[in-house]
Amino acid sequence: MARTMTGAEMVIKALQDQGVEHVFGYPGGAVLPIYDELFQQDKVKHILVRQEGGALHAAEGYARSTGKVGVALVTSGPGATNAVTGLTDALMDSIPLVCITGQVPTHLIGNDAFQECDTVGITRPCTKHNWLVKNVNDLARIIHEAFYIAKAGRPGPVVIDIPKDVQFAPGNYVGPSNIAHKTYKPRVKPEVAAVRDAVELMASAKRPVFYTGGGVINSGPKASQLLRELVRLSGFPITSTLMGLGAYPASDKQWLGMLGMHGTYEANMAMHDCDVMINIGARFDDRITGRIDAFSPGSKKIHVDIDPSSINKNIQVDLPIIGDCAYVLEEMLRVWKAKAPQLDKAALKSWWKEIDAWRARKSLSYKNSSDHIMPQYACQRLYELTKDRDTYITTEVGQHQMWAAQFINFEEPNRWMTSGGLGTMGYGLPAAIGVQLAHPKSLVIDVAGDASILMNIQECSTAVQYRLPVKVFILNNEYMGMVRQWQQLLHGNRLSESYTEALPDFVKLADAYGWTGMRCDHPADLDDAISEMINTKGPVLFDCRVAKLANCFPMIPSGKAHNEMLLGENVSDEEVSKAIGKEGKVLV
Amino acid sequence: MINPNPQTHYAGPALRQEVETRTLSVLVDNEPGVLARVIGLFSGRGYNIDSLTVTETEHEKHLSRITVITRGTPAVLEQIKHQLERLVPVHRVRDLTSEGVSLERELALVKVTGKGDKRIEALRMAEIFRAQVVDTSIEHFVFEVTGKPGKIETFIGLMTELGLVEVSRTGIAAIGRGAAAM
Repeated sequence: MARTMTGAEMVIKALQDQGVEHVFGYPGGAVLPIYDELFQQDKVKHILVRQEGGALHAAEGYARSTGKVGVALVTSGPGATNAVTGLTDALMDSIPLVCITGQVPTHLIGNDAFQECDTVGITRPCTKHNWLVKNVNDLARIIHEAFYIAKAGRPGPVVIDIPKDVQFAPGNYVGPSNIAHKTYKPRVKPEVAAVRDAVELMASAKRPVFYTGGGVINSGPKASQLLRELVRLSGFPITSTLMGLGAYPASDKQWLGMLGMHGTYEANMAMHDCDVMINIGARFDDRITGRIDAFSPGSKKIHVDIDPSSINKNIQVDLPIIGDCAYVLEEMLRVWKAKAPQLDKAALKSWWKEIDAWRARKSLSYKNSSDHIMPQYACQRLYELTKDRDTYITTEVGQHQMWAAQFINFEEPNRWMTSGGLGTMGYGLPAAIGVQLAHPKSLVIDVAGDASILMNIQECSTAVQYRLPVKVFILNNEYMGMVRQWQQLLHGNRLSESYTEALPDFVKLADAYGWTGMRCDHPADLDDAISEMINTKGPVLFDCRVAKLANCFPMIPSGKAHNEMLLGENVSDEEVSKAIGKEGKVLV
Repeated sequence: MINPNPQTHYAGPALRQEVETRTLSVLVDNEPGVLARVIGLFSGRGYNIDSLTVTETEHEKHLSRITVITRGTPAVLEQIKHQLERLVPVHRVRDLTSEGVSLERELALVKVTGKGDKRIEALRMAEIFRAQVVDTSIEHFVFEVTGKPGKIETFIGLMTELGLVEVSRTGIAAIGRGAAAM
């Protein structure tokens, strides 16, 4: 049933019809009619951030922890350009977002009007799709289509740019329909024959490894359940990318830990030496593969991905399967159970023996100190003191992010929110706000660095306004630690601009925002301080003073293969400085 | 071996492959920005465009057809196809080159100035190439020539000797042979 209403009314009505409860945004001239409609209803709650970038990351955190589509609302011009980082972040990590941007009135478009920018032009390469709505009668359909595009297939962000005159104009509203999209119909169910071949290959494996990624998480909780069933049924080892942590429980004995540049020795060695690799929902990112021509040279590779363009993009695979992880895993399980394959038990046993030997290297070990808090120790203690609670972790980007990934273990999907693909510093605090809003009773912790946290520190104010008790655990070493580590490895330890002089006093800063500020600089006090942070009711900014020059190990240096990993235990500065060759230095 | 081109991840195995030229036909919704999406995809991901033509082909259905001539290794060409298919307004992508012989035609307008023998020679050449004279004065011709890209190249090459001053080309339109439609 078509109903007449203004464009601005349509926006709110469409959001309500899509089941949207929270919108993250910031008002401005070109979205005033929509804000006026927001004001006159109470089904859709608006969360006022302090900068549009925060709105996008908060929507990402909300989306990643719930599996729903995150929604942001920003004004034209600077509102839209501030949203670009969050949109790109969501595109890289396949997070479903709908971002509504205001635009100058249609007749002013192209006139360099006040707060005008070419939003659809600017956001075209950083969205899955975008629309400029020139006719109010298209608006409702486009909004519903936008939600479909954002979550269908490989999820991603979309932008709807609505000129102010279209927001005022009356038109016909249409509800969400189930009419199939005319062009965008991603394949979700796999080819049965391909799955059968995959199961056959898996069954014949002597040195198999599961390599899973964010696709499993995006596919929904059922995919994680099915993955667990398949992995246990097969008895194969499993590793995951940064994005996929939590899909498989870290406490399980088949779990090898994260793989990649800062992954565990056993995970990377298993990837290198395996004979059958089963990639489920990961994309052979360069942080994972290391040197491409030395990547897992002896293996047959199965690649399950919902996006056909991920197949053979970085790594040539032997058996591609296009489909949604949950559907593919379901089919794999069905075929596996029907076939009840005879596995090469002797070979698998000796494979596990090899893996156990790699595990025995204890690649995550570090030299603890009784005088200084080692950052690894801080993450370990944070994990130990929070693991029995209903906890969600977000991070910023840098060393702290890798330490969090290494030392905080996840048993469930959707508990770990981190900027993987784009590597956006400033992601963690707004993301934590989004997570906390979706899970008001849970413990939400942003593991942060002293540099990253300052990139979106203004969002402290948002947390206070909505009484969101997020905890920010800053591993403060006064450096941009990962930059400093790379300068040490690659640039003769010339620490160009990686030291932050004049950092704020985080405790006083917390106080200024109405947060609780805490500081801890001694390992003996750490447990009590963390407990105090957890038990403090409101938001807490925890300034954890850690050893300044700790490096993040293990590490596959740029341009090296998985079996050329640097382990932390015995690495001298000299070894570190020689680890990356001339060619590796040009890589990121 | 290290990736000698850090701007792309298509290195490694792809580098050992031969570069090929392909003609892609892309059927898209004729909506604002669709061409920008296609071009942006090529420039953003470092693909080549040798020729590109686009115009609405089915008015009632709002469909446009984009013909792209591109170059790359087989791995890159496969990526281009998949990346194009990922765009929301794209209906279909066909690789005309890999599907057998396709028809490729181009139109060029070629302006030649000169007097005397050169002018007569230009007109004679035009006849051989079945080029039409679409504009003339006592000191110039504008020829309209159509055909395979190679023929156009040859014609332009010959005209260079005979007073060529300006060329405008449409780019290539292509279609598969046989009864089957895209």
